[in-house]
Amino acid sequence: MTTRVVTITSGKGGVGKTTTTANLAASLAQAGKRVVAIDADIGLRNLDVVLGLENRIVYDIVDVVEGRCRLRQALIRDKRLPDLNLLPAAQTRDKSAVRPDQMIHLVEQLYNDFDFVLIDSPAGIEQGFRNAIAPAKEILIVTTPEVSAVRDADRIIGLIEAEGKGPGRLILNRIKPDLVKRGDMLDTHDVLDILAIELIGIVPEDESIVVSTNKGVPIVMNGATPAGVAYRNIARRLLGEEVPFQVLKTTHPGLLDRLFRFARGQG
Amino acid sequence: MSSSPVIIRGTKDGLLVILGEGPWDEILHELMDRLDRTASFFKGARVNLELGEREINEDQLRQVQDLLVSHDIHPSSISANAETTKVAAQGLHLPIADPSRPDGETLRIDRESRRGTLIRRTLRSGQAIQHPGHVVVIGDVNAGAEITAGADVVVFGRLRGVVHAGATGDDDAIVCALDLSPTQLRIGNYIARPPDEHSRGTNKAEIARILDGQIVLERWK
Repeated sequence: MTTRVVTITSGKGGVGKTTTTANLAASLAQAGKRVVAIDADIGLRNLDVVLGLENRIVYDIVDVVEGRCRLRQALIRDKRLPDLNLLPAAQTRDKSAVRPDQMIHLVEQLYNDFDFVLIDSPAGIEQGFRNAIAPAKEILIVTTPEVSAVRDADRIIGLIEAEGKGPGRLILNRIKPDLVKRGDMLDTHDVLDILAIELIGIVPEDESIVVSTNKGVPIVMNGATPAGVAYRNIARRLLGEEVPFQVLKTTHPGLLDRLFRFARGQG
Repeated sequence: MSSSPVIIRGTKDGLLVILGEGPWDEILHELMDRLDRTASFFKGARVNLELGEREINEDQLRQVQDLLVSHDIHPSSISANAETTKVAAQGLHLPIADPSRPDGETLRIDRESRRGTLIRRTLRSGQAIQHPGHVVVIGDVNAGAEITAGADVVVFGRLRGVVHAGATGDDDAIVCALDLSPTQLRIGNYIARPPDEHSRGTNKAEIARILDGQIVLERWK
């Protein structure tokens, strides 16, 4: 059994990397996979908050790298989902506290004991990003349907390709079907047209995300919300299932057709 | 007596050895003779070997190289016009120098003979290509990507980034793309941005060139 190491990145901040990481980690754990979620955003840690595990942090990733504890001591097991583990970032240090080779070494220690290692990348293209992609075998790029986010995603894809880590797969986050319908927002087709990579999920804008984030309960643990369903579908696609893309409410005719065409064409 | 087929001259970049017309054996002999007489003077020098139009194969070139090296003179580059000679130089890993050209004279650009580079992937934001000759892209050039070419730029795909064709001042350079919607277009000393209604894809192949002092776009047929 090989461990799949998946890094979630975006370039631009605020597009939903951490929410995506938390929900994919929880979905995969719900599906019975042994998961470690690593917060690589040293100095600006959030994944612990979104997962509701902040108050259980004793050791963090920098403690592991600097030898103050063993890796197993730093892992926080989620009591709601025993297969879900978090390796939190340090809050009092910055990105330079860890090097890419140390990240690779750290992730290698998780091989064989876990099915998935999900790495939440910080925004930007500097060392934090380099640390996050160094151990990655697969990459998910999160973007929102805004020109600036798509531009940054394009830059990130270029950097990932230059590292020889493939183009990655795309998660289009915070789609507002109404805006798309009015033509005021880039639609899936526009984004895929520019980025030309495989789509693995579309997540609709969903107010319940805000609530769930503030409560520290990933939305996939919370019944059938639109975003929750979308994240679960992404997790299923990661596991190799063929899951048709969701019909978003108030989509204009033709969107779904084009979307499928692209999903197939780029797949 | 006719002038020697072998000329050894000092330049600011080191020694220049010119092998002129005449039978190869004679040239070699003459070179050996000259080196034997004056080698101590040239010892340790870096040499640019100028071979002109002469066609020399790898073995012959190695003879010259060995001869020079045995006198402690090291060929650092080759100037040659003949293709055979260039191939021989590559075989011996000797860098080929630009043929010396008169200073101050405008270089007449021979468009057909310019070398090109082929890029078979999408150029993404932040990626830059610089090339002294033509640039051909099979793929898209996304917004935020940059191409700087000494000659023409051809994109078999969408061109949304910034392109500078004829970047060394060649106003005859052209840019064409299957969808020509660059952020900004530069040809030679001219610069243009597409009109605002042009900013979304046209899906028509177009070609940009300089006509009467401005950059114009026309259908690429």
